[in-house]
Amino acid sequence: MKKLLSIVLAALMLVGCIATFASCSETPATGAPSDFKVGAIYITGKNDTAGYTFAHANGINKAVKALGLPEENLIVIDNIPEDTTQVTTAIDTLANQGCNIIFGISFGYIDAFDAAAKNEKYSDIIFSHATGYLSSLPGESAGYKAQFNNYFGRIYQARYLAGIAAGLKTLEVKNNNVGYVAAYGTQYAETCSGINGFTLGVLSVNPDAKVYVQEIGNWADETLEAQIAQNLIDTYDCCVIAQHCDSAQPQIVAAKNGAFGCGYNSDMSDKSATHLTAPIWNWEVYYTAAIKCAMETPDKFMDEIGIYYGGLKEGFIDISPLTDNCAENTKEIVEAVKKLMIDGEWDVFSGVELSYKVEDGKVEIIKTETPLLKNDGTPAGAVDDGVIKGSMAYFVKGVVEAK
Amino acid sequence: MITTLATFLYNIIFNNIPLLYGTVGEIVTEKSGSLNLGVEGTMAIGAVFGYIIGCWTNSLLLGVLAAFVFGSLCGALFAFLTVTLQANQNVTGLTITTFGVGFYFFVGNGLGSDWPVFFESEAVVKAFEPIHIPFLSDIPFIGKGLFSHNILVYLGIAIAVLMWWYLKYTKVGLKLRAIGENPAAADSVGINITLYKYLNNMLGSGIMGIGGYYMGLKLSGSFEGTCWINGYGWISVALVIFANWNTAKAILGTLVFGFFNALQVSKGALAYTFPNVLGWLADIPIQLFQALPFIITAIVLIASSVKKNSKSGEPAAKGLNYFREDR
Repeated sequence: MKKLLSIVLAALMLVGCIATFASCSETPATGAPSDFKVGAIYITGKNDTAGYTFAHANGINKAVKALGLPEENLIVIDNIPEDTTQVTTAIDTLANQGCNIIFGISFGYIDAFDAAAKNEKYSDIIFSHATGYLSSLPGESAGYKAQFNNYFGRIYQARYLAGIAAGLKTLEVKNNNVGYVAAYGTQYAETCSGINGFTLGVLSVNPDAKVYVQEIGNWADETLEAQIAQNLIDTYDCCVIAQHCDSAQPQIVAAKNGAFGCGYNSDMSDKSATHLTAPIWNWEVYYTAAIKCAMETPDKFMDEIGIYYGGLKEGFIDISPLTDNCAENTKEIVEAVKKLMIDGEWDVFSGVELSYKVEDGKVEIIKTETPLLKNDGTPAGAVDDGVIKGSMAYFVKGVVEAK
Repeated sequence: MITTLATFLYNIIFNNIPLLYGTVGEIVTEKSGSLNLGVEGTMAIGAVFGYIIGCWTNSLLLGVLAAFVFGSLCGALFAFLTVTLQANQNVTGLTITTFGVGFYFFVGNGLGSDWPVFFESEAVVKAFEPIHIPFLSDIPFIGKGLFSHNILVYLGIAIAVLMWWYLKYTKVGLKLRAIGENPAAADSVGINITLYKYLNNMLGSGIMGIGGYYMGLKLSGSFEGTCWINGYGWISVALVIFANWNTAKAILGTLVFGFFNALQVSKGALAYTFPNVLGWLADIPIQLFQALPFIITAIVLIASSVKKNSKSGEPAAKGLNYFREDR
């Protein structure tokens, strides 16, 4: 019985091997339109239907299509955790398959990307790392053999707009409590500036509102995201749930409880019937520019693209279409503030507070010079891009830490 | 105040019942002498098939049955590899974890946009809602905390009690325990070891599968980047030791582990409601709670090995394959 089984198993494996080799020999297609290859490493699955990886995958797919590259020239390795060994293996795999530019979408890939960019044998590959802070720009750090940049965006601008929508909703339902499910709090400038931007947006329409921020301690943990959203509703009676975490769980929980919500990363209105709007990334704006530059003038990548930090102006950042759940005048105010930021007349952390008067659909924006205050009442000081991207580690007035 | 505490108690049970399913399933498996470390994967497979079939048929009952059947198929695979082919149990269990979680993503990604939407399966949504029990649910505090749960919470507790009775008081259970302690002796009195191991591996894994299905329902069937089971299978393996291989004690163990699990989410709420008494909770980092189940298990392991009494419920032949010709 056992002998028979092992023979059958061995035969099956043999068939499998032959089938694999047979399919290998078929692949080299003659006359491919372009031999330029794009590599991408994702933290979760490439077929996700919402969330962080979904937004990136969507962007890269769109960029590749827009630039007329054949689908098979995009090589994706997904479900790679923030583990330097695994990321390095993924980079090696992509490099060996002839990728000319390699994108990595998660912050924790930084060490692996740093090492790869310093590796002599990869000197003709361009490495591009989302959310990171290292690059091969002259003067930053020596020893890079390849071109290596990082890219990110002014998502706090979109969060401010979402905050306006949330704030107007609190006025409508007469409940000043807003919940915010956050992956991390003040440890990362990314989460911190997002929470602050959102809160300033809420306060600009409802100065009495409180934003209760509860931390998950993890970028992606659906179970905890759901439980924490439920806790914010149960404990603080929050009527809007905003989020800085990967899955749509906070929105699903909000909808179950009749609360409203602001998702993140992608339009989550198909997951939740009570969704207002979500800060979203149009990653294809960057990916199209980066891949185009890498195809046409690869040697000038660092001069032309360099460290990328786009915002509303570039169309890199936006909010998803406002749903019918939004309160009256939301559209008018949001449009007006958005225009202000696109024109470069005002920004979230500039120390100028906005308030609005709406008459007959016309929005009048009143600007008041008010120094930014931390939530312990002390002045926050000047806030430039360096602070927003790297060193912001305090919450503004209006944020309550629900630890 | 009462509401905060009642909600806390409710969350302990509602969010952690999958641990009870996983633990009871693993105890039934281990009592037959099989150490199946594939709880995480078995739960993932039970979850994904239970969810899909439950939604397609719009029936919670069929979903539970499907989760049980597909979970028990994992158990059958484990038994085939370790009983029939005599493969190493540790390695096989780990393989089932990897396989199960991978298969979960394979099925989910394969369905793509055909993935069933939870809220469209109205009968399932309705069946998973808390049941209002007359009188009991109206008692202040414990009414909300203990008697306002969904049907699968009560089913989990019923299965735990039933398995305790099965292992302790039935003749079949006695034979099963004999196999777990000394398969050679059991063989010598004519117990069909292969049959018993197969059936109990399948039964145990089936119970784990229902626990996985519960996880999926709790997350409203949203298929995203992380697997629904999210480490609960591994905590179940630790809970088996905590419960000393007793499915009734597993209920208590679930409550203890669930307490800390719920505390990491609710500590802010408790500190906020009772600032003078529990204010200090707010300053404990959330990561500590994520490590606690394993710290507690380590302490229990140390304590039980120091005591060295004969009361340990650990089956003596756990993890060892039985091969008659080796006798």
